[in-house]
Amino acid sequence: MSEEQIKNLEAQFEARIARDEKIEPKDWMPEKYRKTHIRQMSQHAHSEIVGMLPEGNWITRAPSLRRKVALLAKVQDEAGHGLYLYSACETLGVSREELYEQLHSGKAKYSSIFNYPTVTWADMGAIGWLVDGAAIINQVPLCNTSYGPYARAMVRVCKEESFHQRQGYEIMIKLANGTAEQKEMAQDALNRWWWPSLMMLGPTDAESIHTEQSMKWKLKRKSNDDLRQQFIDQTVPQAELIGLTIPDPDLKWNEEKGVYDFGEINWDEFWQVVKGHGPMNKERMKARVDAWEEGQWVRDAAMAYAEKKQERKEKRVV
Amino acid sequence: MNNNLYKYILGIADNSLILGQRLGELTGHEPSLETDIACTNISLDLFGQVRSYFQYAAKIAGDQRTEDDIAMLRKEREYVNVLLVEQPNRNFAYTMARQFLFDVYHLLFLQELQKSKDLTLAAIANKSIKEVSYHLRFSTDWIKRLGDGTEESKAKMQDAIDSLWTYTDELFHQTEADKVMVQEGIGVDVTVLKKAYYEKVNAVLEEATLEIPESKWFQKGGKQGIHTEHLGYLLAELQYMQRAYPNMEW
Amino acid sequence: MSNKKNWPLWEVFVRSKNGLEHRHCGSLHAADEEMALENARDVYTRRSEGVSIWVVESKHITASNPEHNGELFEPAQDKVYRHPTFYDLPDEVKHM
Repeated sequence: MSEEQIKNLEAQFEARIARDEKIEPKDWMPEKYRKTHIRQMSQHAHSEIVGMLPEGNWITRAPSLRRKVALLAKVQDEAGHGLYLYSACETLGVSREELYEQLHSGKAKYSSIFNYPTVTWADMGAIGWLVDGAAIINQVPLCNTSYGPYARAMVRVCKEESFHQRQGYEIMIKLANGTAEQKEMAQDALNRWWWPSLMMLGPTDAESIHTEQSMKWKLKRKSNDDLRQQFIDQTVPQAELIGLTIPDPDLKWNEEKGVYDFGEINWDEFWQVVKGHGPMNKERMKARVDAWEEGQWVRDAAMAYAEKKQERKEKRVV
Repeated sequence: MNNNLYKYILGIADNSLILGQRLGELTGHEPSLETDIACTNISLDLFGQVRSYFQYAAKIAGDQRTEDDIAMLRKEREYVNVLLVEQPNRNFAYTMARQFLFDVYHLLFLQELQKSKDLTLAAIANKSIKEVSYHLRFSTDWIKRLGDGTEESKAKMQDAIDSLWTYTDELFHQTEADKVMVQEGIGVDVTVLKKAYYEKVNAVLEEATLEIPESKWFQKGGKQGIHTEHLGYLLAELQYMQRAYPNMEW
Repeated sequence: MSNKKNWPLWEVFVRSKNGLEHRHCGSLHAADEEMALENARDVYTRRSEGVSIWVVESKHITASNPEHNGELFEPAQDKVYRHPTFYDLPDEVKHM
């Protein structure tokens, strides 16, 4: 194809997206579109899968049967969401195994919030309330993103996730209305998860490299800072309602702008965790790699059995 | 309170509780996302059954105890699950072998329990049969895949079956409460399930090209609350919150 | 000793209730058809989304090429006489 032809195709492609048309797997697409999508969707999928671990850590210790089944179902959903998103990646010609390799080798990133430890039961509440709350803010706009398989996966994800945040907030309500010890546990969890949750919405716009192109392709509808503001504005009243205090002395309602002003985020900590220096980076990756490597003989056996069965079937036909 | 009925319910429910807990340990660590989701589904089914049984048991007990008190606040000698279900997840072959050896029994048991004169138990059994039929289908398929898969998987599955075999006979032992309940038309006479159980198990093992263990020496004690050392640790996790923060709501 | 053959990809179609068609709802990995059906049940019908499942290995699907969309689909666009609104009827005939 000549350069001019490609330019022409690109222009048509951008026009389709501008008209809100969806792009489907076999459609022509610029290489950069393909690569950016593989990166974002796989990063999203990895986050779901690694995100199972901090909450999975409390399944066996959930304080009641009701909480246990809710937590099991929630962590299971995360596996499902990872699966939907890996499948969406596969429509662009990259296999789940390749994506796993990228994750396991450290080449691919996942949401850095999952590199913090879940220390008490209240962390299950804080994660559901804050982390899922922040995730929803990120994800809902993606239901309208330009790449069809991603948009469809996100519709499913958002529909299923609607119970996750409620599950977490309900845990927090119970704790906040419980004994002094329980309330302290809830406040402690909020203190530890608040700032990482704000960071989870991504670096400030000034430092975010992918934003402009992503906006055009509807991979992103709002800037990181706008999303963060939205998250803070919706979460502060929820904390007040249950009598918990946001751990930010600078947090103040700004009458003029109609939003909350908030304190400085420790971006140094954020980048350190992204680079692998968070408290749990190594353990998280080890858990994933172990599951994959220790599962190899199981997956191989299933393939070997399937092949034998197929051969037997063919023999019968002959 | 009908003490025998209460004990009888615990004898059923503890199996599901302990097996569900074991499966819950694996969520997030399975060989593939698909098996992860499937095993969590089985765990959820089992905990659902547990809740129905314990809610009923709490009603019979008639004191202040809740389903969670019964599930999490007994001492180690008061759990009456069979030894089979408390065995640890050594590898995926163990997990599937344990599941299969229990599922075959569980389905036979529920098919009888649904005829119980106790309508609550009959109703729980009726609902659970559908779940457990699927569990059995799932675990049977994996016995075949691993048994008749690669050399490595065959060796691992054979090892799992050989190790767990010793816990199968206990499934058919009767406690005093069992006997009373059978007489009253409420309980299931497990002794008569034994033949069908081994026929089914052996047929699947044969199809999976596995050896049927010849050992005739069987372990027992779970139904009397004398467990393997594994149970204590499982209970330590299961009970942690209730023990560390007594009398609180969650 | 891995033989490095990964579980192939399958497409999953679910009928949400009798009377409706099976609709594509996603994909998954499985070693064989039984496993594909079971995985589809566990992954895609956890919230009572279905009463029937079809699975087909993705490689068996033949798809049209979007580059041929012009010749495949555009010729149908001007065949307006295939639609009821093409035909003029007096207003008195209310339903036909």
